[in-house]
Amino acid sequence: MTTDDEAAVETIVGEFASDRSRLLDIVEAVQHRFGFVSDTAVHAMAARLGIHAVEIEEMVSFYAFFDRQPHGHVRIRLSRTPISIMRGAEDVARAFETALGIGMGETSADGGFTLQWTSDIGMADQEPAALVNGRVLTRIAAADVPAIVAAFRDGHREGPQCMPNAVVRSSLVQAGPLLTGPFDPNDGLRAALTMTPDAVIAEIAASKLRGRGGAGFPTGTKWRLTRKSPGREHIVACNADEGEPGTFKDRVLLTEFSDLVFAGVTIAGYALGARQGLVYLRGEYAYLWEKLQAVLRSRRAHGLLGANICGHAGFDFDIRIQLGAGAYICGEESAMIESLEGKRGSPRDRPPYPTERGYLQQPTAVDNVETYMCASRSMAKGAAWFRGFGTVASTGTKLMCVSGDCARPGVYEVPFGITVNDLLDLAGGDGAAYVQVSGPSGQSVAPKDFGRRIAYEDLSTGGSTMVFGPQRDVLDIALQFAEFFVAESCGWCVPCRVGTTLLREGMEKIVAGRATLSDIAATETLAHTVVRMSRCGLGQSAPNPILTTMRSFPELYEARMQHTAFVPRVTLQEALADAVQAQGREPVAEAV
Amino acid sequence: MAGEIIRFIVDGVDVDAVPGQSILEACDVAGIYIPRLCYHPDLEPGGNCRLCTCNVNGRNIAACITPAAQGMRVENNTTSLTDDRRTIIEMLFVEGEHPCPYCVASGDCELQALGYRLKMAAPTQPYRWPRRKIDATHPDITLDHDRCILCSRCIRASRMEDGKTIFGFDGRGITMTLNVDAEGGLGDTQMKAIDKAAHVCPVACIVINRDSYRVPNGSRRFDKAPIGSDIEARRKP
Repeated sequence: MTTDDEAAVETIVGEFASDRSRLLDIVEAVQHRFGFVSDTAVHAMAARLGIHAVEIEEMVSFYAFFDRQPHGHVRIRLSRTPISIMRGAEDVARAFETALGIGMGETSADGGFTLQWTSDIGMADQEPAALVNGRVLTRIAAADVPAIVAAFRDGHREGPQCMPNAVVRSSLVQAGPLLTGPFDPNDGLRAALTMTPDAVIAEIAASKLRGRGGAGFPTGTKWRLTRKSPGREHIVACNADEGEPGTFKDRVLLTEFSDLVFAGVTIAGYALGARQGLVYLRGEYAYLWEKLQAVLRSRRAHGLLGANICGHAGFDFDIRIQLGAGAYICGEESAMIESLEGKRGSPRDRPPYPTERGYLQQPTAVDNVETYMCASRSMAKGAAWFRGFGTVASTGTKLMCVSGDCARPGVYEVPFGITVNDLLDLAGGDGAAYVQVSGPSGQSVAPKDFGRRIAYEDLSTGGSTMVFGPQRDVLDIALQFAEFFVAESCGWCVPCRVGTTLLREGMEKIVAGRATLSDIAATETLAHTVVRMSRCGLGQSAPNPILTTMRSFPELYEARMQHTAFVPRVTLQEALADAVQAQGREPVAEAV
Repeated sequence: MAGEIIRFIVDGVDVDAVPGQSILEACDVAGIYIPRLCYHPDLEPGGNCRLCTCNVNGRNIAACITPAAQGMRVENNTTSLTDDRRTIIEMLFVEGEHPCPYCVASGDCELQALGYRLKMAAPTQPYRWPRRKIDATHPDITLDHDRCILCSRCIRASRMEDGKTIFGFDGRGITMTLNVDAEGGLGDTQMKAIDKAAHVCPVACIVINRDSYRVPNGSRRFDKAPIGSDIEARRKP
């Protein structure tokens, strides 16, 4: 790094007013400018921000999309999920390896390309997919790979304007009452502004809207608690970090209904008396950045954001989008708030809850993208209309993201209360032998339970619905989910940090067909400990793929079980591998 | 808050707390020991180890970070919680390297003492055998990363007590390690052996040089009495 480069880092820090809480943006800009975050850049940032280098390092090293070492000019991140694997991601990986002459996780000698796996990127309906320098490539076949490599080899970092596979298809297969147009996306906002903030909250409460991220907390209650909490200012935060593998509804909403979502955030801003709305957009969706900024600019130009919104004197509100940097845990609301403050995305202990002390210690309402969409539509059409859909405990509709072994993957807007069977019929997944509801953190559902309902009171879900046919290996899929949690554990607390790794090892032994009954029982016991002792929802739900497949498919575990008292974790061959290598000969077998 | 007394129940025993006290702090005063590892009485709680997790009104939460509240029903000394806590201690034993018989901290190590107290025989989980470097760049302090249990005590002490910010985490998840505020190692930082951060490590990760055997093995804190005995001695009959 030259003096000029240091000056460039200082300029970047200056652009964010040397504000420590904007460290995520600052580091993102540095990473973008130099391709990695060097020691010199760390020291330059630290000096300018008046903090210690170790504080910057602990933040930078937390996020998958930041690098401390230089990497290839073109960064290929191939999505690794059970869905991408069954759609041929491993063949695509081999094709990239052949085309580039490097293995996964390596950088080519000329510094041109880096090839690696990444966790789900929100494209389960169009896998195999990859992020290439932030651009999304979908439905990649092994045969497409040479053209992709050539396009980036000849072009600049972003690649040519038109290139193979660089299309994210719209995936709204079936719109329901909330998303069927035509409607003016700002009707709900205008209706809200004719009411008092308390009346808006009462209306949302009357709709019985509950959080669409999966936890299902009543939105009206959350808004009321936040409004009631004393603070310098109140904050509205929108969780667009949809990292749960198999979920892509927020991608669809932000692509096709962003005005409706921003109107919902603005309604919340009015109801809470907030001046600031924050949208936390997952780093994988950086490709939506320009489009969403254009929508915000247009809203400001039309008086839908800014001062005196819709002519309502004194209602000043604006929205800032914060881009994440590759961390599933940031979908957890308190981790998201930490990340919004430019820190590691480690969850906070509660109490205090974000409604009391959230972003910068101010009362904060964090809601899912879909929740704001629902709020927007409910305000436009009235609470009674909204309550008319769904069940008594789960009102309205739910956006379900169906992927995997089905004819028509995509997003379906369905009323709460729909059975798994009905959803499978819609998506053409009638041959399903196993459905993973609500992603890895949710539960595995066997055909005998396909009559269960999608609702908070039965199968509660954020929307992810992964369908697997009879040809799939359920236990191997559970192992892949276990690996996902190892990669995404934040590391703050022991039970999750170490437990997720031990569970993966236990599951490896089971899948390899080497586990005894006592091994399986020990893995189950350990899984329960991780559930009971972990600090946040990630650790508490990380054992779900193992525990729920044990419950739904006990016969599969039994089929792989060794009916002996003990099988060592390591085979004799593995144990002797080093010695065999050193001596250059196999051990002499003893005569029996 | 003056005079207001919060009364709650721990394993059937009434415990009094003053507003602002955590469950763990109130129990310490009352002579009820809740196993803990990352908690240190001189520091803000971190909530890293989860060993002090208790069942409070039917929900598991960490006692060190949970304020005592009127009428809480807390379960602490139960078979289930003891089993879970033992598993956490086991996790730490297999995550790092903890060879008690020849470790400088033996007898003075809270991890070892909790292993005894919670009756851990031998770890049932596979060792991970990490390969982390020893940082011997400081003339008075050795940093043995293999022993580190990532409890964040030194991080908190350095930031809050010493005002130095010598330590931080690096990476995330199972690959997370302790990091120091200098590329050249601890010797290039402002760390001093008299710093609070040098005296809060529960294991033998941060070791003061030429000091380890001032008290010989066999005569140390936990050689004489199990961990928590001092707290339990406060219990009124």
